[in-house]
Amino acid sequence: MDEILEILSKDARISPAEIAKLTGENVASVKKAIAKYERNGTILKYKAVLNHDMVKESGSVVRALIEVSVTPQKNVGFDSIAERIYSFPEVTSCYLLSGAYDLLLVVEGENIHTVANFVASKLSPMENVRGTTTHFLLKKYKEDGQVLKKQAGTKRLNISY
Amino acid sequence: MIEISKKVEQLAPSGIRAFFDLVLGMKDVISLGVGEPDFVTPWHIREKAIFSLEQGYTSYTSNKGMPELRRQIAAFLKTRYGMNYDFDEEILITVGVSEGLDLAMRAILNPGDKVLVPEPVYVSYRPVVELAGGRAVILKTGIENGFKLTPRQIGKACGKGVKALMINYPCNPTGASYTRAELQAIAQVAKKNKLLIISDEIYDELTYDFDHVPLASLKGMKDSVLYFNGFSKAYAMTGFRIGWVCGPAKVVAAMTKIHQYTMLCAPITGQVAAQEALKSGLKSVQEMKSEYKRRRNYIVRALNEIGLECHMPQGAFYVFPSIKSTGETSMAFAQNLLRKKKVALVPGTAFGPSCEGHVRISYASAYDSLKEAVSRINNYLNSENGQGSRVKEQGKKP
Repeated sequence: MDEILEILSKDARISPAEIAKLTGENVASVKKAIAKYERNGTILKYKAVLNHDMVKESGSVVRALIEVSVTPQKNVGFDSIAERIYSFPEVTSCYLLSGAYDLLLVVEGENIHTVANFVASKLSPMENVRGTTTHFLLKKYKEDGQVLKKQAGTKRLNISY
Repeated sequence: MIEISKKVEQLAPSGIRAFFDLVLGMKDVISLGVGEPDFVTPWHIREKAIFSLEQGYTSYTSNKGMPELRRQIAAFLKTRYGMNYDFDEEILITVGVSEGLDLAMRAILNPGDKVLVPEPVYVSYRPVVELAGGRAVILKTGIENGFKLTPRQIGKACGKGVKALMINYPCNPTGASYTRAELQAIAQVAKKNKLLIISDEIYDELTYDFDHVPLASLKGMKDSVLYFNGFSKAYAMTGFRIGWVCGPAKVVAAMTKIHQYTMLCAPITGQVAAQEALKSGLKSVQEMKSEYKRRRNYIVRALNEIGLECHMPQGAFYVFPSIKSTGETSMAFAQNLLRKKKVALVPGTAFGPSCEGHVRISYASAYDSLKEAVSRINNYLNSENGQGSRVKEQGKKP
């Protein structure tokens, strides 16, 4: 991975000037590279990683992993049906998998009923959907390499040779 | 009243000890004084250690260390650097490189024998020479040549009674390291003067600008080098205390003799963990290496910008800037910075009397802490104590 991308993927707040200090390049060329990545869609977005358990207003969000079996369509395979499914705002992630079923969705709703309702009224009735299995998520421990709790402080001594 | 041996009484300046105690007793300090990586031992290694305890691996091991571990080290050195060491006769597992250095000195020195020791130097070098009855001949290196030894300097210091040369690269405290060509020149002069090279390469995996080359891997050098390495820095296993030494069978046997009477063997939990470390490779350190390199680039530039002259080191995670522009001694600077700005670093004088006017800064800390620390140092320099105006004047040239 390009070093600039590596740095930004760890900390998106870091400024081009700081990146230049870290990599030894000049600021202008760092800015130029970032602009290019943004333009060509390598960098899609910058956002904070939240621990939702700590966010008061999001207490009512429930998440479910939903396995979906679908019938692929001629020429477009799974892409077209996947697009119809992931376009629903309730679907926060959508993956095509090998194995027993085809698509894996992460679906969010205000409560268990909203999610159940989404499955019953939107997802299951779709023409190419052959079946679904819904798993409600009880607790998130780690997501995208990030452990979802504040890390304990270092146990190193403050000074040593 | 019991009298302490003269030899021991003369060791190590007590001022440093007092300063360390001061740091350790203080809270909310940003520390740039740490000589170990800022990540914990990778989980798979810790998990293996836990499992070994469950399995009942709690006994002594062979004095030389577990044969499986020695075999693995031999295989690792073969693939990594093309070095050939016999696992049974030429490798000894030690309690960190520190023990290994002590063993080496006691194994080779007769009273009055001389050992060439560079300066700045890791704190234990001179004491282990002196405790073994030897005399350290100091080879000073300075910021002007990037704290590197030159072959000429080594050649000039050789003579009657000079038996060995100690070298540590990448170096703690300066971060200086050597290219293949530089090492070849040093090897040549050492060979000519029949020196045994005590080569401490514990930071080998943290070399940023070129590939690390072990001195013992150079053509014709195997018999003239004791090669020291370990798991502390590359695998963040400082507390496990496992190092190793490779060298001529005769020397390793002599070292083993002392080791078996004094240490018996390295702790078994550490040895088992070390095997897992070698099996699963260097992924964690490779990831950290690019991170350290960036922090090095940052800290060197930032220190020069605030007026502390700092050279660009090639490895380890230390820089050794000059604080001469402040007019303070290393110790006064470190103490004032700690008390007034709560930033801890190590006074240069810990690494030899000629290092007055320098401090060791470890950049094995999160980038945000480094930034904050630099800003506090800058504040200190601009305050009355740091005699800000003088600093600014002299700080222009990077």
